[in-house]
Amino acid sequence: MENLWIIVAMGAVTYLPRAIPLAVLAQIKIPEGFIRWLRFVPVAVLAALLAPELLLRDGAFDLSLSNHYLLAAVPCFLVAVKTKNLLLTVGVGLAAAILLQSYLPGV
Amino acid sequence: MMSLPTTEATLKTANPVGELAAGVSQATPIMLGYVVLAMAFGILAREAGLTILETVAMSVIVFAGASQFIAAGMFAAAMSPATIILTTFLVNLRHILMSASLAPYLRGLKLHSYALLGWGITDETFAVHSTVYRERRRHHWFIYGTNFAAYAAWVSGTVIGALFGSIVPGIDQLPLGFALPAMFICLLVMQLSDRLVLYAGVLAAGLSLLFGQLWEGNWNIILATVLTATIASGWEKWKISG
Repeated sequence: MENLWIIVAMGAVTYLPRAIPLAVLAQIKIPEGFIRWLRFVPVAVLAALLAPELLLRDGAFDLSLSNHYLLAAVPCFLVAVKTKNLLLTVGVGLAAAILLQSYLPGV
Repeated sequence: MMSLPTTEATLKTANPVGELAAGVSQATPIMLGYVVLAMAFGILAREAGLTILETVAMSVIVFAGASQFIAAGMFAAAMSPATIILTTFLVNLRHILMSASLAPYLRGLKLHSYALLGWGITDETFAVHSTVYRERRRHHWFIYGTNFAAYAAWVSGTVIGALFGSIVPGIDQLPLGFALPAMFICLLVMQLSDRLVLYAGVLAAGLSLLFGQLWEGNWNIILATVLTATIASGWEKWKISG
């Protein structure tokens, strides 16, 4: 039972940062400088999340051939740049990841 | 394909149900990734000693992948409730930035709409919405559609993992989780509208890696984003005024 209360509290501290900025900022006039600042948030968040995902394994840099995520990312980037098609990129990425796991030794 | 709403006026007359459906279909890659990750979470949380009810409750109530994996590990290590809750807060604090950056696109709605829209902000839904809204305005039910689909996938994956994880061993070993990084790659590429945005992406990636080596936790995401947005917007302003 105590665990459930911890989980409810986890939910609360997760929800508030998700909802409050949106609810407040959408209803007030946002200064132009802040809008300019916010414009760079999506690309920065995406790049900041993606880089460790592709380049690190267990917290350490892994640029070897056994880093399948990094290898599978190469065709993904190519397809994304060429087509900008989300599903196609994901399909190619999954196919690459599965092929790599099946045929390239060393996980 | 039907014509899409682009202005405030047409947004008001847009068919919410159609937008909802469009949002759901936009969520396909997210759903794929979430089902697999959530199954892995369900298995892991059960191994960490949580009951089926607690495991599913966490996905229903918290709905934040990375922090749930971390919390499962902390439950297993019998850490104090305060530590678990504070860690969850810090790991998920990055959503502040995402929530703020969606605000300019979602003006003029009711408070309960914001309450519901905020609920569904995850790294992945934000990635989709920030990219879609850069192209054109959509009815906010589009966001409901994506968020609901992602949430349904996350919760049902957790249920499957918690209930049947021990029956189908190895399913979480398949690299289906790569659906999410693959999706991020495409969305990132779609964000690159001009050279400054490209430089900002490279800077954020580098800073995130650097800060990740320096400090524990997810601080690298927040710090890299804040610093990058500050430098890039400062540079842009300086170039315009100078």
